[in-house]
Amino acid sequence: MDLMNNLALGFGVAFTVQNLFLCFIGCMIGTLVGVLPGVGPVATIAMLLPITFGLDPTGALIMLAGIYYGAQYGGSTTAILVNIPGEATSVVTTLDGHQMAKQGRAGAALGIAALGSFFAGCVATVFIAAMGKPLTKLAQLFGPAEYFSLMVMGLVFSTVLARGSIFKALLMVFLGLLLATVGTDLETGQERMTLGIQQLSDGVDFAPLAMGIFGFAEIIRNLESPEARDVVRGKIGKLMPSWAEIKQSTPPVLRGTFIGGLLGILPGNGAVLGPFASYTIEKKIAKDSSRFGKGAIEGVAGPEAANNAGAQTAFIPLLTLGIPPNAVMALMVGAMTIHGIIPGPQVMTKNPDLFWGMIASMWIGNAMLVIINLPLVGMWVKLLKVPYRLMFPAILIFCCIGIYSINNSVEDVYFTGFFALVGYVLIKLGFEPAPMLLGFVLGKLMEEKLRQALILSRGSFMTFVERPVSGVLLAIAVIMLVVALLPSINKKRDAVFQE
Amino acid sequence: MKKIVLAAAFAALAAAPALAQTYPTKPITMIVPFAAGGPTDIIARIVAEPMSRTLGQTVIIENVAGAGGTTGITRGAGAAADGYTLMMGHMGTHGAAPALYPNLKYNPATDFAPVGVAAGTPIIIVGKKDHPANNLKEFIDWAKKQGDKSNHAHAGVGSVSHSTGILLNSIIGTKPTFIPYTGTGPALNDMMSGQVDYMTDQIVNLVGQINAGTVKAFAIATPARSPALPNLPTTREAGLDGYEVSAWNAVFAPKGTPADVVAKLEAALNAAIDDAGAKKRLDDLGAVAPAGAERGSAALQKLVESEVARWTPVLKAAMAASK
Repeated sequence: MDLMNNLALGFGVAFTVQNLFLCFIGCMIGTLVGVLPGVGPVATIAMLLPITFGLDPTGALIMLAGIYYGAQYGGSTTAILVNIPGEATSVVTTLDGHQMAKQGRAGAALGIAALGSFFAGCVATVFIAAMGKPLTKLAQLFGPAEYFSLMVMGLVFSTVLARGSIFKALLMVFLGLLLATVGTDLETGQERMTLGIQQLSDGVDFAPLAMGIFGFAEIIRNLESPEARDVVRGKIGKLMPSWAEIKQSTPPVLRGTFIGGLLGILPGNGAVLGPFASYTIEKKIAKDSSRFGKGAIEGVAGPEAANNAGAQTAFIPLLTLGIPPNAVMALMVGAMTIHGIIPGPQVMTKNPDLFWGMIASMWIGNAMLVIINLPLVGMWVKLLKVPYRLMFPAILIFCCIGIYSINNSVEDVYFTGFFALVGYVLIKLGFEPAPMLLGFVLGKLMEEKLRQALILSRGSFMTFVERPVSGVLLAIAVIMLVVALLPSINKKRDAVFQE
Repeated sequence: MKKIVLAAAFAALAAAPALAQTYPTKPITMIVPFAAGGPTDIIARIVAEPMSRTLGQTVIIENVAGAGGTTGITRGAGAAADGYTLMMGHMGTHGAAPALYPNLKYNPATDFAPVGVAAGTPIIIVGKKDHPANNLKEFIDWAKKQGDKSNHAHAGVGSVSHSTGILLNSIIGTKPTFIPYTGTGPALNDMMSGQVDYMTDQIVNLVGQINAGTVKAFAIATPARSPALPNLPTTREAGLDGYEVSAWNAVFAPKGTPADVVAKLEAALNAAIDDAGAKKRLDDLGAVAPAGAERGSAALQKLVESEVARWTPVLKAAMAASK
């Protein structure tokens, strides 16, 4: 009954004209910046922070939160249409989403992404409202050793992302892990492999790497064979997913919501694993897994649901513990502090209107996003009709602006150019960039957690096995690996990896 | 020839006040060398708003994060000295950095035109919630006895939490095992679940957790108690002398910025600190505004020199020991 009262309070706060308007503005801006490659929610929220000074804290946070999940939505659009993942969480969407677009099914891909995300968002909102508090206990179970084991499990997943040879996929994972070691050493502060370049002292940034290796490299390849693009332009197809496609997508959305929502709670940015995990599961249990990587709608529906559920549940550590799990949430902490609300476990009891108002606004925001995005699908798809000679310079310019805006740094733009060349060479040699990006994303966390766990255990590797949660995670990883490598099912594995 | 030189000299003299009279004629950029949302960023944004009103031009915050804040300060130090590029430096970038970064491209004491201290955030010593010690004295005894068996968390090499933690250990005379994190959030998370024993950090990062009882506060390292945590004793009250540290944040302009422009900025900064709205926001954070004698350009220059002298030997010794 408490829950009902609290939700009633929340909707009372969120349903004022002012807050509805702020929520709408936030979602609208978020969608737009999400679509612009590179201009992520962090840069946007930072820019708009001063504007919120005049607002009351609840209204301000509702607007900023709207920007955040709006940007998650918008990011998928770019991933599907032009194969550019703006953030780690939309890398997976490029795999099948962009393939669908190439086949003239961009409308269906965008539609299912929007609907799947909406469903996941609704479930996640209820989830946060009902379970937010008890779930923080789960987060507390995760120390450095558990995170490390979780990342190991994630890496085993990564090999499934490959569309081609598993051997090449493994090489790319290792390349990603290596790239993640560039930067300042966690413990000693010594610079590693920075070649004396100051911009590398904090490591390689995700955005220049992802945009260079995916987006820019893709553009170079497209320029090689302009006819291929014209085929895409010729077929636009239906704008909405068909009933059969929706039916096909329902179970993946349900599974994606569950996995993404669960991983999103972890305060160490577990949300990045959500879409990867969802994709892995869909590909594993699919009757004909060879369709994946060639435009399987489940490969868009599941990860998109996982992405949005994770984005939403990432608010749990912030709202209930006061601990920001990622850069956007850290910025929300800043926004709260500027507005005189000190984040911590007491926000829930001290500022119930803010707490429940924000949760209610998440649901409203998700509904608004569907209203904003479904009509836009037609417009985005029409963008594909723009002649490529006009479109690719525009993409390049927007990407460069976006990358520059992240750190206000020209060097990041140069890095993107460099990674574009690397990406092009990799494409030519038949290497897939997705496993590398996963290796890169996990690598940083993995090294950090491995070293923390080993310092805490004073060097004993047994800590990973002795701690129950960590041990179970490692066992799952080993089982998955064995299943993948056992000779008796080798045939099936070949079917999975080598098509 | 003589005439020309004289004329040039007169022109220069005439031009200098003219510049200050009209300054500022366009928006001013203030570089914050950290990601948006952190304590320094918040303080910069709070003072930038009333400064914009006083100066009649917007003060825009530009976040240039990296390498413990030194990336942004390096860029700012090389900017045109016309008063249109400012930096929000802090204890790390202008106190600890020379010891931590051997290749530092600026000298905190000579490469800037200091404008003034904006606000300091006091440092607090906290332990996990079921820490065996119940006050600072017990904590010090515990830390000495445990030695390297104790786990001391910090938010990353070069962070405020790292430097202030090293100073605390050297004063107590203990050598704990350092557990490095990448930010206060993850460190606090592991402290709340009891994996690490203690850490030091800025009040704004900790006050929510202290009030909720998820971590145990031992003392605040300021001369006076904080209104945000009135029950928390100061280090001196609790019997620890010599550990008074504040993560001060201060506005700098590049070296060579005209003195009258700096004076104008100094006045605007001081007005911003006294602005009722900004003051309330700073108080809520637990931040401490500088007292009269600590304000302004000259006081900041002195502070920088004394801080570099204070941090360099302690940090150098600790860094050498960790290699």
